Amino acid sequence: MSATLAAPAAALPPLRRRLDPMALLALPGVAFLSVVFLLPLLLLLWSSIRGEGGFTVNGYVRVLGDAYYIGVIGNSLQLGLITTAGAFILGYPAAFALARARGYAQVVLFALVFLPLTVSIIVKSFGWGIVLRRDGILNWLMLNVGLIERPVRMIFTEGALYAGMINVFLPFMVLPIYSVVRMIDPRYGDAAATLGASPWYRFTRVTLPLTLPGVVAGASLVFSLAVAAYVTPSLLMGDRYMTMSMVMAKAFLNLRDWQLGGAMAAVLLAVAAMVVVGASLMQRRLARHGGAA
Amino acid sequence: MTMDRLGTGIAWTALILVIAFLLLPIVVVIPVSFTESTVFRFPPEGFSLQWYGRIRNVDGLLGALWLSAQIAALSTATSLLLGTLCAIALVRGLVPGAAAITTFMVSPLMLPGLVLGIALLQTMREVGLRDAWWSLYLAHVVITLPFVMRTVLASLSLFDFAMVDAARTLGCSYPKALWRVLVPNILPGFISGALFAFIASFDNYPVSMFLVDVRTKTLPIQLLNYLEISPDPTLAAVSTVLIGLTVIVLILCDRLVGLRRMASI
Repeated sequence: MSATLAAPAAALPPLRRRLDPMALLALPGVAFLSVVFLLPLLLLLWSSIRGEGGFTVNGYVRVLGDAYYIGVIGNSLQLGLITTAGAFILGYPAAFALARARGYAQVVLFALVFLPLTVSIIVKSFGWGIVLRRDGILNWLMLNVGLIERPVRMIFTEGALYAGMINVFLPFMVLPIYSVVRMIDPRYGDAAATLGASPWYRFTRVTLPLTLPGVVAGASLVFSLAVAAYVTPSLLMGDRYMTMSMVMAKAFLNLRDWQLGGAMAAVLLAVAAMVVVGASLMQRRLARHGGAA
Repeated sequence: MTMDRLGTGIAWTALILVIAFLLLPIVVVIPVSFTESTVFRFPPEGFSLQWYGRIRNVDGLLGALWLSAQIAALSTATSLLLGTLCAIALVRGLVPGAAAITTFMVSPLMLPGLVLGIALLQTMREVGLRDAWWSLYLAHVVITLPFVMRTVLASLSLFDFAMVDAARTLGCSYPKALWRVLVPNILPGFISGALFAFIASFDNYPVSMFLVDVRTKTLPIQLLNYLEISPDPTLAAVSTVLIGLTVIVLILCDRLVGLRRMASI
């Protein structure tokens, strides 16, 4: 038995001749990324554990043992969570309307959701500043409507930061949910209604589970982008709300403290990796459930 | 039935709110760019084109625009070459560990930009590459490659290669069959991949931030510098020009490929 199993393996030509010449086309790209992407990453991780006398975990002790840096990590995670939750609350129903729109209206609406993705983040943050200034558009509007009597300070507040972050990352939530909703057969809902299910029951038991893959994709994308965001928090809040990215930038550009920056980068990298792995595990589970149903 | 209407109503209200919210910070810069006063107060006072005239005088702005266009175009072109070759190998050839290689090739997309920037800064220093232009170019190939890989891989794996054989059976030469059958089929993937890659490079801040030097600055870096040093409506004028260019490019892409098809890949 074992002989028959082993026979085909022995009959195969040596590896060099088995290698498909077509496979060699992958080589330039893989080699490039190995040298310009993988190698620098490994070097960065290496520098976070390299001290004067050889190996050290000093950088990690400084980051994880210091209340200030723990607070910074907390800030980043909180910013990521609030941005994701806000984007979900606004984006989920909007994605439904976008997917159910028909004809020319859908093309126009889609373009309007898509356009902000292509506009520079600097332009958007700059515009957001104009909206929120003391003599900006929002204060002007509220004064004229009579909501307030005196201009309110909004810029450099946490509320403004959250609104700005949701503004920048919202399309990344809407688009994945939209593409899943578009694929759902509306007859599922009709079938459930025929069987006597109430609208609320239909939504929670039929529609919501079917859209979960889009929600997981959108939420993991928004969270990992928001947790690592640099431009928007530093423009809308500055030093008053330090995030992991801001500490990293400061460590490398101002303090020249590579050990600290490297350790912070490793923590951020670990958070990003956990999100990616967690999301793909959830997607796999959802796919299995879908197959079983 | 009323509950259904309520749901539809909520969905449409949300969509209108979302679009208004998304467009708000983009639209406000347009009236501000035509103001007469030196601060961006709202509502803008008077009408003038002075800030557009001043774009030329702002130190380094046009140079930064040119540098960003150069880096974005060259890195996208390089990525198209490397990415397409790799995608062909992955789809058509027997590559050991093809799934792992695919994940590896798109993984820079999942990496926080700042981490990539720092890692590259450190490596360039150790290697002794001090030239900002080359550092930026190499870094931006890493930024753009995943976008090209994703779209070209998707359109290649949807393409039925039997069609090429069919064209050859009908008397087409092999290069001609590739040109007449394969190329038109994967062109949309190419165009949308290239567009996303170009935008990602042109807009990039967190990676470029670590690689620029005093004389070599990309547009986002230069704009943010200017915003911090002397915020005046010149920035609104530059932003309005950039928004106009974006709208033109999007309309062109919609005509060529179709926006929804682009976003779905």
